[in-house]
Amino acid sequence: MNLLISIVAILILTLLALGIALSQNMAYLLTVILPYVAFAAFLAGFVYRVIKWGASPVPFRIPTTCGQGKSLPWIQTNPLENPSGCWGVIGRMAQEIFLFRSLFRNTDVAIIEGRPVYGSAKWLWFFGILFHWSFLIIVLRHLRFFIEPIASWIGVLSALDGFFEIGIPTLYLSDATLLAGLTFLFLRRVVVPQVRYISLFTDYFSLLLIAGVISTGLLLRHFFPTDLNAVKTLALGWITFSPVIPHKVSAFFYIHLCFVFTLLAWFPLSKLMHAGGIFLSPTRNMTNNSRRQRHINPWNAPVKVHTYEEYEDEFRDKMKASGLPVEKE
Amino acid sequence: MSFAKIPKPDQLISISYTPPKTGWMDTPVDFRPGTWSYSGAAKNLTYLDIPNPRAWQPADLDWKLPDNWQEIILAGMKERLEKYRSFRLFMDLCVRCGACADKCHFYIGSGDPKNMPVLRAELLRSVYRRYFTTSGKLFGRLAGARNLTVAVLKEWFYYFHQCTECRRCSAFCPFGIDQAEITMMGRELLNLVGCNINWVIEPVANCFRTGNHLGIQPGGIKDMLEFMADDIEDRTGVRVNVPINKKGADILFVTPSGDYFADPGTFTCMGYLMLFHEIGLNYTFSTYASEGGNFGLFTSAEMVKRLNAKIYAEAKRLGVKWIIGGECGHMWRVIHQYMDTMNGPADFLEEPVSPITGTRFENARATKMVHITEFTADLIRNGKLKLDPQRNDHLKLTFHDSCNPARAMGLFEEPRYIIKNTCNNFYEMAEDTIREKTLCCGAGAGLGNDENMEMRMRGGMPRAMAVRDVVKKHGVNRLGCICAIDRATLTSLMDYWVPGVTVMGVHELLANALIMTGEKERSTDLRGETLVGC
Repeated sequence: MNLLISIVAILILTLLALGIALSQNMAYLLTVILPYVAFAAFLAGFVYRVIKWGASPVPFRIPTTCGQGKSLPWIQTNPLENPSGCWGVIGRMAQEIFLFRSLFRNTDVAIIEGRPVYGSAKWLWFFGILFHWSFLIIVLRHLRFFIEPIASWIGVLSALDGFFEIGIPTLYLSDATLLAGLTFLFLRRVVVPQVRYISLFTDYFSLLLIAGVISTGLLLRHFFPTDLNAVKTLALGWITFSPVIPHKVSAFFYIHLCFVFTLLAWFPLSKLMHAGGIFLSPTRNMTNNSRRQRHINPWNAPVKVHTYEEYEDEFRDKMKASGLPVEKE
Repeated sequence: MSFAKIPKPDQLISISYTPPKTGWMDTPVDFRPGTWSYSGAAKNLTYLDIPNPRAWQPADLDWKLPDNWQEIILAGMKERLEKYRSFRLFMDLCVRCGACADKCHFYIGSGDPKNMPVLRAELLRSVYRRYFTTSGKLFGRLAGARNLTVAVLKEWFYYFHQCTECRRCSAFCPFGIDQAEITMMGRELLNLVGCNINWVIEPVANCFRTGNHLGIQPGGIKDMLEFMADDIEDRTGVRVNVPINKKGADILFVTPSGDYFADPGTFTCMGYLMLFHEIGLNYTFSTYASEGGNFGLFTSAEMVKRLNAKIYAEAKRLGVKWIIGGECGHMWRVIHQYMDTMNGPADFLEEPVSPITGTRFENARATKMVHITEFTADLIRNGKLKLDPQRNDHLKLTFHDSCNPARAMGLFEEPRYIIKNTCNNFYEMAEDTIREKTLCCGAGAGLGNDENMEMRMRGGMPRAMAVRDVVKKHGVNRLGCICAIDRATLTSLMDYWVPGVTVMGVHELLANALIMTGEKERSTDLRGETLVGC
């Protein structure tokens, strides 16, 4: 059901985009107004969400430890999986963010001959990391439209990405891997019954939205090329706050833009915010040193306790009878 | 313990992981006997000032909730979202990748999709979205939101008491989302309307009044420890002293009350007594702080603090220098991650230094409480103990990493170091089932009661099967651990899944091997079992 609604939503979005692309009157809206609206929504939404998370304090030091902690000097510690200092935390977070360390641990389980058997299950990690890195590379490549002259590192990145020189224009590796990652993530969600069972609208919709961006991007590059100079002029117009409606770009470019803007606006409203949230996760970004250094809880409030005096008052006679020392005779 | 009412192991193991036809929001909870725990008794709630004390049971149609229960829960949620970044973040952060799903022992053992950590969390998230997010308010179900109804509350109760807060899912989650945090919040909310289980709340009430979960009064503690001293004398010929509430001791020793109450925990406790006697430690037990464990952890943060406060208070009253804590799992979650923050600073204590070896326990500098395996490993390392591992030759041991020392401390090598120095036959279980990937006993977090037996056996199945593997491969007959709940619950678990394997604490193993000054020729271990090869 959630899948169906997501597909319908994407279809409606595509039709809307098509309508905008084919209507001359809408060009102003799409190229002059929406870029700012979408980007502002993305930025403001992202910041708002992060600030909202950050506004709640971290009352207790609760890292999940995945390796030997620091204790006696002759016991070898695992500073990356169980950091006792700042550098360890930075290393741990870097592993999580750049290498998806925890997901790499993934196993699966099956009951075979009356017992659970754990197997390695790195596929989710592999396609997950493929997807995310490809996405990053593609975003970075697109900076060529916003920087004049094109920074040399973008040129190098693009050259590397198109290293195999398949087809004309060259097929970027990241485009192919992004597509592969996305296909895996989507099929997994649809095909694996357990994953389908937990999936919400936002899970399908986010994937389909990104699929929309990619597919229009690929069509634009390989099948329906558009005037890239016009695109660059437009992009530079945006960042200099003097956008001009282009005249020589194809309808596919407009559809691509529609998807991109929707993605930008959708981002902070959705689960895609995990991109910001991962930095704040207290089970990962804290040092495991709570016995060495006191952690302060800002709302630590007094509680009702049962004092020793109250305890002795109740049990004094029994304590004396057993020969246990008491404070008051 | 009786397994009469639950399916036989070969029936229980046929588990289907296919989700039901109906969506999870449309699948009501079924309080099947054997899978839930009895409600908290009114007298315990009253004693602890917990709201809504009454007679009720989870299987009842009417839970006798206060009229404004929804208001109470939602206000409680709002408060906690503002107090805990973990809670707010974990409500938003999940992408439902499902990596956590088959990491939960309750899911592996039951196949119930609501025991996938992701879905167990969604039970709470759906309500969060409905009342605390704009998209949830506007789009309802489409945004994964749903109303807070009695059916939802019942679902929370059922599934938040099918989570042992073991944190295994958290180790596998790409964002570190910790179901334990969510379960803790869920249970706090349930407590606001008086919904809790007696196997948690009675120990809490007992602990508040008598100082320990089991409600043992001061004389009882003394009798039990003296009785152990008699047993030790019988086995070893050495009379150990039992210092209790002794002012001027150097060290306060706090251990879970399970250790002095019932076998096999008592053998571990005898191990402590023998060790401390042998090294001549100036220490004391306390009757007021006679509980290391803290079932407050399964109730609310406030309750953790109320119970935990006694340890520092008693250390101060007795004038000790620092504190040693016994073998226990969730106790060490509290000591390591909560105690100093809640009830510190312990500036009236000294930085822990072993009086025997001179080792400074830098890692416990602020909290001033040292784990017994840290203390003992240091003794062995410095050659302060005479050990004869052959006295454990009748044992083939494997070691169960308890959840909390594993994933909330990273205490892996200390117990293993003791084991390797005291036992010649030690076999690790499969890599996916130990250390940070360790599998729960299935009965922690207050779920180790008899009425919940089927769920315990299901939840413990993955652990039990890992034990069965080393039994088949190496002929293992003993399961070591450093947790009092484990000693109690793994015993039942082994009886059900792997009969013939018994459970012991690491300090029982140590005590078997410990050569004491003036001891007689030992012919049996602490349990009275005949030694081989000596």
